[in-house]
Amino acid sequence: MTAIALPVLPTDAPVLRERGQREVFCGLTGIVWLHRKMQDAFFLVVGSRTCAHLIQSAAGVMIFAEPRFATAILGERDLAGLADCNDELDRVVGQLLARRPDITTLFLVGSCPSEVIKLDLSRAAERLTSRFFPDVRVLNYSGSGIETTFTQGEDACLRSMVPVLPAAPAGEKSLLVVGTLADVVEDQFTRIFDDLGIGPVRYFPPRRARELPAVGPETVAILAQPFLGDTARALLGRGVRVLPASYPVGVDGTLAWLSAVAAEWLVPEHAVARATAAPLRRGRAAVARYRDRLDGKRIFFFPDSQLEIPLARFVQQELGMELVEVGTPYLDRTYIEADLAQLAPGTTVSEGQHVDRQLDRCRAARPDLTVCGLGLANPLEAEGLRTKWSIELVFSPIHGFDQAGDLAELFARPLDRSARLVV
Amino acid sequence: MQLTVWTYEGPPHVGAMRIAMSMRDVHYVLHAPQGDTYADLLFTMIERDAVRPPVTYTTFQARDLGGDTANLFQDAARDAFARFRPSAMLVGASCTAELIQDDPGGLAKALALPIPVIPLELPAYSKKENWGASETFYQVVRTLAAPPTPIPARAPRAVGTRPSCNLLGPTSLGFRNRDDIVEVRRLLDTLGVDVRVVAPLGAAPADIARLGEADFNVVLYPEIAQTAAAWLKRTYGQPTVTTVPIGVGATRDFIAEIGRVAGIDAARVAETSRLPWYSRSVDSTYLTGKRVYIFGDATHVIAAARIASEELGFAVVGLGTYSRELARDVRAVADRLGVAALITDDYLEVESTIAELAPELVLGTQMERHIAKRLGVPCAVISAPVHVQDFPARYSPQMGPEGANVIFDTWVHPLMMGLEEHLLQLFKDDFEFGNGATPSHLGHGSGVATAGAPVVAAAAAAEPIVAEPIVAAPVVATPVSVPVSSPAATPADGARWTPDAERELGKIPFFVRGKARRNTERYAAEQGVASISVETLYDAKAHFGR
Repeated sequence: MTAIALPVLPTDAPVLRERGQREVFCGLTGIVWLHRKMQDAFFLVVGSRTCAHLIQSAAGVMIFAEPRFATAILGERDLAGLADCNDELDRVVGQLLARRPDITTLFLVGSCPSEVIKLDLSRAAERLTSRFFPDVRVLNYSGSGIETTFTQGEDACLRSMVPVLPAAPAGEKSLLVVGTLADVVEDQFTRIFDDLGIGPVRYFPPRRARELPAVGPETVAILAQPFLGDTARALLGRGVRVLPASYPVGVDGTLAWLSAVAAEWLVPEHAVARATAAPLRRGRAAVARYRDRLDGKRIFFFPDSQLEIPLARFVQQELGMELVEVGTPYLDRTYIEADLAQLAPGTTVSEGQHVDRQLDRCRAARPDLTVCGLGLANPLEAEGLRTKWSIELVFSPIHGFDQAGDLAELFARPLDRSARLVV
Repeated sequence: MQLTVWTYEGPPHVGAMRIAMSMRDVHYVLHAPQGDTYADLLFTMIERDAVRPPVTYTTFQARDLGGDTANLFQDAARDAFARFRPSAMLVGASCTAELIQDDPGGLAKALALPIPVIPLELPAYSKKENWGASETFYQVVRTLAAPPTPIPARAPRAVGTRPSCNLLGPTSLGFRNRDDIVEVRRLLDTLGVDVRVVAPLGAAPADIARLGEADFNVVLYPEIAQTAAAWLKRTYGQPTVTTVPIGVGATRDFIAEIGRVAGIDAARVAETSRLPWYSRSVDSTYLTGKRVYIFGDATHVIAAARIASEELGFAVVGLGTYSRELARDVRAVADRLGVAALITDDYLEVESTIAELAPELVLGTQMERHIAKRLGVPCAVISAPVHVQDFPARYSPQMGPEGANVIFDTWVHPLMMGLEEHLLQLFKDDFEFGNGATPSHLGHGSGVATAGAPVVAAAAAAEPIVAEPIVAAPVVATPVSVPVSSPAATPADGARWTPDAERELGKIPFFVRGKARRNTERYAAEQGVASISVETLYDAKAHFGR
């Protein structure tokens, strides 16, 4: 395996576009990992009791006394008059910031109800920033279900930060890695970039919202997550160049991703090979451990996080699995081509969802493994299908060489369990 | 606008979903945007239901708003009928659809489906989950049990036939409702009373239509069934039994009330709970005057207050509820006990009250369990909102004689463990007790491992994205019990850890860190590595991978 960037090919394979009931979270759910990543940020959803209930049901982080997210629940009086609604929002934000002096960035997060009543959160954010800056910067984005699906919430959040990123000093070429990664994965990538002499490397989102990465015309960005199209386009507007590459999922994906950066920095191939040799060998060995169990097995992806296409590429290429259907909630071709082009010809890719029809297809196909959300997993298990919770693939560190084996194991475990059980 | 960190109840349409999910042959068509389907996982994950909730969501998007969302609703309702063939359909709106005012009831009526269609008006910006469940059940009963006019006169019960009743109120996602029904049925059978219909849990529309046939109704959960029972009383003249049989005394009162309403001699039913004797046995002396705080839904709080004060000899130092609809009943109990009643759905207010009162035991919901854990106070869960742990595999009712047994064990157990905690403190310097040892009821390390968390957390809590697992990640944590020995950077006869490697090791979740350290050192010893670097750590990880 040589360390070259994978070719970026246009794909014209037909995509099955579906419209109907979607069994997918809305963008508010991204708060679950974003608030853990940026530990000095607070997320205030302006929405309904449903929004509050969604986040707490999805997050289940009740172990924290006072989490860094909350909901300003709209009441009947707020719906009656928008002027009062803005006053109320100012009051709630004041109350919140008085309680949490550790917060440096506050995100006002729009929801379905706030969008429908046309509550202008961008003006509210400006108004509140002028009141609280420099102690607190107030930003806004929408995580509403009528506009965003699950991971698009992170895209909208990062997009809202792009205009306030500081300008990079002229003449300083830097790398910006875009998309939330586990800290440990960032550290692994940083070590490899150091070995390759690539730097400075900055991560976006940063670990502290106050320490925003600087960007400018000499910044080169690479996406670490496949759901950040709007953020990428906003970065282009700041003069940043965005490198096309496969996503760093699995050994091959990680190698291609790193190689794309290395090529941009004119690092010779042999240097890339040297710097990646040890983790690459480990990653291959770790993945190989599961390949026997998964080779030839048939897998069906329900739409969830937009990670489906890179994951499908990984399970097909590195684990030998056969793709029955690859569902994605939203297909933004600009930044997914490198992975999409590597799927076997004839693979069914579906965008959007009509959950009942998709369940019909899944039942008819009887795949060996179905990757789906929590609302579907137990019912499908009860029908005798083996399932993998897709959300685990979002919350677990799966990127990079040293996580490739863990990722393979996530797919192998349901089959392993099924093989063990005799009840 | 109300600042809310955690919420005890979901929105009212989730209450309607609970009614739909409880029943057979009913389908709910919900006008709602993407994302509202999250509520499905409450059922499939928390309750481990093997089928999806019978709910169709229209999933409208922003681009539909200017256009024809009404049409979208009608298509969804028509398709849902064709696909699922229910005997009755509920139609309604979630919070966002309420704002666009499409009138699901009118739209569904226009479809002229050959089944009863029940429109639900559940104001999402003023009401909450239990109200929504109650209102939905009431509308279901009103529609499906509507009597012929004129209502035929009630014939007196034939001599020699057993009196009969309906059990009203148990629902999907209710706290131990599944087992309560079994226990109450058994108790009524002993008394010579037949149960005709249990509703909504397990009832089909045809069963609802038969509600008027019973001699009387038993309201097990007033939050859900009080309104419907009042309508049945008005309409069919059926008396209502209102005593909730949770606890020994309340079960006795329940039996007596059944006797009066059914006109039977109930006094012959023998006492079968062990609670009275267990509570009088000398071993229970240490329970005397334990300071207890109670919070939950009204039904369970009222019952718990009586059990705690009369049957276990605790001192109730405060109580409260999030059930505003039944606040008056809870206040009355608090008055009798001479304590303040906290009526609130503000979790932070409950937390500060508990912190201030410093009880020795908290009886609450899963939310109070977390409060108690943080404060280091023992806790038993007595009420919804529920968690996957509240659906145990074993038979575990709250009502009736067995319910009293279960309650004795569940409430006293954490206190026993409290004694264990005391002993741990006493012996903490003993070499056998590592400083990582925690009382067993607090779980391993009291944090992540027992993450009390709804659903996704079951997947996510173990390894949130910043938890930085390195050891072949057990994603749903099987907490490995690791005695955390004092970290010695240099093993007696092994390799030396570089500072970088030591730091990297520190990023591993504590409950697998010990294993990672041991494995790495074993690997280093086997490979003859003298200095453990970050690379060695990962090499060992790869070597020992699952």
